[in-house]
Amino acid sequence: MLNYLWGGMLLIGVIYGAWQGRLPEITAAALDSAKEAVALCITMTGVMSLWVGLMEIAQQSGIIRQATKKIQPFVNFMFPGIPRGHKAREYISTNIIANIFGLGWAATPAGLKAMEALEELEEERRKSGGHPASRRGKTGTAVPRGTASNEMCTFLIINISSLQLIPVNIIAYRSQYGSVNPAAIVGPAIAATMVSTAVAVLYCKVMDGKRRA
Amino acid sequence: MQTVVRMILYFSDLLVPFLIFYIVAYGIMARRPVYDDFVRGAKDGFQTVIQIMPTLIGLMVAVGVLRASGFLDFLSLLLCRATELVHFPSELVPLTIVRMFSSSAATGLALDIFKEYGTDSYLGRVASILMSCTETIFYTMSVYFMTARVKKTRHTLAGALLATAGGIAASIVLAGMM
Repeated sequence: MLNYLWGGMLLIGVIYGAWQGRLPEITAAALDSAKEAVALCITMTGVMSLWVGLMEIAQQSGIIRQATKKIQPFVNFMFPGIPRGHKAREYISTNIIANIFGLGWAATPAGLKAMEALEELEEERRKSGGHPASRRGKTGTAVPRGTASNEMCTFLIINISSLQLIPVNIIAYRSQYGSVNPAAIVGPAIAATMVSTAVAVLYCKVMDGKRRA
Repeated sequence: MQTVVRMILYFSDLLVPFLIFYIVAYGIMARRPVYDDFVRGAKDGFQTVIQIMPTLIGLMVAVGVLRASGFLDFLSLLLCRATELVHFPSELVPLTIVRMFSSSAATGLALDIFKEYGTDSYLGRVASILMSCTETIFYTMSVYFMTARVKKTRHTLAGALLATAGGIAASIVLAGMM
């Protein structure tokens, strides 16, 4: 995907630039951009090191583990069909917390593990020939192999709705490009993230209410 | 409404110092060697940036070339009519679309907006918030579903697009109020 996107950008740029007679500008832009990317990374290195360093303290001292416990009510609410003590629950919680704290490297492995666990859960349902979809007494049949279960859809939609609390990268970029107050967007960003997550929760709840595919 | 915005901005100023204080204080109370932990983590963060440097060079060059050729302006002009109807700034259309496919390519475009219009301009603010409240839909979906060997994704894409649209709308409204 990215190969075509990247290649396409460069090819279109050169062809369009040649047509507009802007080839000297393109040469300058290519060289300047490369130089700029390195300068940007140097700024980023400082901010990222600071953040990941703090997160290491948070992880080692147990803040992350505590937070994972605190979101259990939310996980229960979103995934009523996952039995208590099922490992999918644990992976989903870890993934959500890692996303909130911007620990991308911890979020993805937990997320993939969660997907595997959800697939196993669906397999168990297939064998038992159905499952209690929710405690409200709604029953349905398990989805066929190769089809996303309700939990998978919910998990991914929540994940994609973005959960990150502090947009560390954006703050770093803003400070590199001369923002007066790079962190000014933190509050609005959290508010916007809450909106997108709220939309996701609402949508998933509505779809869960309908009969399973 | 104005007081809400002021509160949100006030919160922005406080959050980072508060988090630093809370994490370090918690670490000391838990009797962790906080400085050693910090340095170990910082090393990780350092390596992460070094690893993305080649990607960033590649993408910033691509965006730079596209911008210098005048193609981005042409695209904005082309989309201007359609986006005016929904009060969406046409300069942000390429960023919004690319954001769904690739995080790093979107970063390249967001930086281009910072350079062209300034980080604290309206467009710069929208781009900042938009980048913070959206995710790469197609990348995430393909990786996660591949792991579960799922081909039929049912209502996932619709939900993801809806959530993203909500985030984009919120970005525009909030940036306008800042």
